[in-house]
Amino acid sequence: MEKIKIALAGNPNVGKSTLFNQLTGMKQHVGNWPGKTVEKKEGNFKYKGNEIEVVDLPGNYSLTAYSVEEIVSRDYIVDENPDVIVNIVDAGNLERNLYLTVQMMELGANIVLALNMNKFADEKGFKINIKELSELLGIPVVKIEAVDKTGFNELLKTVLKVSKSPNNVQDRIEYGPELTEHIGQLENIVKENITTINAPASWTSLKLLEEDEEVLKKVEESENGQKILSKVKKIKRHLNDVFGDDVDASVTDARYGFIAGLLQESVEKPKIDKVTRSDLIDRVVTNKYLGIPIFLIIMWLTFQITFTVGAPFQDLIESGFSWLGATIGAYLGKGFLSSLIVDGIIGGVGGVAVFIPMIFLLFLMLSILEDSGYLARAAFVMDKVMHKLVGLHGKSFIPMILGFGCCVPGIMATRTLENEKDRFLTMLIVPFMSCSARLPVYALIIAAFFTAYQGWILFSIYMLGIVVAIIMATIFKKTLFKGMSAPFVMELPPYRRPTVKGALIHMWERGYLFIRKMGTIILALSIVIWVLSSLPVGVEYGSQESITGQVGTAISPILAPLGFGKWQASVAVIFGFLAKEVVVSTFGTIYGVGDDASEDNNGFIASIQELFTPLSAYAFMAFVLLYIPCLATISAIRRETNSWKWPLFSAGYTLVVAYVISLVIYQGGLLLGFT
Amino acid sequence: MKTTLNELKKGQAGIIVSYNGKSKLRKHLMEMGFVRGSDIEVKRTAPLGDPMEVKIKGYSISLRKEEAKNIEILIK
Repeated sequence: MEKIKIALAGNPNVGKSTLFNQLTGMKQHVGNWPGKTVEKKEGNFKYKGNEIEVVDLPGNYSLTAYSVEEIVSRDYIVDENPDVIVNIVDAGNLERNLYLTVQMMELGANIVLALNMNKFADEKGFKINIKELSELLGIPVVKIEAVDKTGFNELLKTVLKVSKSPNNVQDRIEYGPELTEHIGQLENIVKENITTINAPASWTSLKLLEEDEEVLKKVEESENGQKILSKVKKIKRHLNDVFGDDVDASVTDARYGFIAGLLQESVEKPKIDKVTRSDLIDRVVTNKYLGIPIFLIIMWLTFQITFTVGAPFQDLIESGFSWLGATIGAYLGKGFLSSLIVDGIIGGVGGVAVFIPMIFLLFLMLSILEDSGYLARAAFVMDKVMHKLVGLHGKSFIPMILGFGCCVPGIMATRTLENEKDRFLTMLIVPFMSCSARLPVYALIIAAFFTAYQGWILFSIYMLGIVVAIIMATIFKKTLFKGMSAPFVMELPPYRRPTVKGALIHMWERGYLFIRKMGTIILALSIVIWVLSSLPVGVEYGSQESITGQVGTAISPILAPLGFGKWQASVAVIFGFLAKEVVVSTFGTIYGVGDDASEDNNGFIASIQELFTPLSAYAFMAFVLLYIPCLATISAIRRETNSWKWPLFSAGYTLVVAYVISLVIYQGGLLLGFT
Repeated sequence: MKTTLNELKKGQAGIIVSYNGKSKLRKHLMEMGFVRGSDIEVKRTAPLGDPMEVKIKGYSISLRKEEAKNIEILIK
């Protein structure tokens, strides 16, 4: 069996992941590019006796060093040398799409062009002469429809053919006489002197002229680097005079010139620009008066659907775990093992598992919003707010909104932010959006102390989260993330109907990752907490005598200035790290009400009323709102940032913020005469 | 009449004359089609006045007015 390595490359929004999913189905693996925070998707499939490995490169418009994604892609092409690169292009958008193609041709890549979305191109009125296009480019061109696998056979046949006899198209591109001459001059010097760059010398020369940071650095560090660089400077000055513009602009210009000439011969453009369906939709969706209300409605709908559809599943899982716990408990009787399984494993994991339906549904909604093209409009509409208020990006809005449901999809949604610093900053703030897991805690406290002003108190807690998020974002922008003013540039792709298969695969991908990666961490920590709550041997589970209880008692003096320096509150806070709603069940365990730990249980409420005063209860709610993101969120941050630095920082600083704010609330309240 | 992109109103079209300044975005946007001689049309601005959506090389892209200021346009 022959093994072939191919890569998929193309602009964002051209159907690349659809193609990847169609080819690899479930045989795909998602990870990170080593040392980077960019997602790496690999998969494999068989075709005519060949085993084909596919890497899905990040969507790129170009291969300069503008973003980590571009660097990852070009390093891959140059260092890993795939047998074939399948370049997917949007047939109705050829001009810009071919820019990436040209960049890859310069790198000496072995390309097959896959023309996708032909139906839309036809609708717009484009007529593409595939043969002509292919001849002019020097690359095979295949028409496909990724959504229904049209043309796949021909595509794969072509891929096989090309893997055996690669194209050589580096010299195809016409840069015009001036540029060509000087590129040639540099090329010779580079060929003689530079050994550290795997790419063709012509590419290196071009990049030097374009002032590519990465290439400049590599050349600088090599022998004779200075000689080359001074020659580059001379040439640049000359070309500057000739073109009256910076050299990099001239090179970009030349590429587009080449593309324009090529398209003129091979593509018939529509005479008039038809008003597209997307345009009509946008007239409403981004309308001056309707834009924001529509956005709010869609967000509201997202949550409604998630919770209404998800609720029965959540109840099912909850009863399932209870039943499991009860059955096993009855079977094993009392004792160490029984407690380990029932209280530790089932209790801990069950507490988080209950949220799985909601997480999956949120991911589903997110992928529908993304695939349909609406997400871009949402960012477009909300950018000014995000920029002025928080110094962030329109694209940061969606992760934050999702955070109100659950922080885990919120954290994962930060992937749409290209700028790493924006991503991290957003991830640090998302946990302040009061997620649904904290609601049971508020419900309990409000039932015990604030029956008079329920709505207002709840609203104030949510607002507190938002205000703290804004303040922290501003602080971070001035310190940690200084100077990173995020430029906002975003393509607004045409609206498309998301495919059921695509949406489900996205949902499954992200949801499964949550279960697998976080599941293991959550299980491990549940057991640790269980162990600490069951020792020393013979002690009652979760009582003050257990290690957890003792730790709780030990920390309570620290929490005393916040008004809740009792061991029960401390223990609840410790357990709340697993998942915030566990705070309630912890109180339930401590006060012996077990499963009946809800705000309807009057005896339970009475116990809570003895634990706090109204003021300290409010401080407690603020603390729960702000302190350490739950374990699942921390795991998500770990996964997205590919390091422990950020999750640990997040845990640490939120703890500090929570402490300070609760302190201010409690002590300030006392000063003002509240109790 | 020469002006900068941020000054254009909804529905106005023109040709790019030059892309000035040294912003990080300049090279990136040029590669996305904002080159000298390209046709460009303003489709709309966001409800709050910023960013703006333009059509160039056959597709739609949004950018903030503070960036658009750098792009010199000749109005058609």
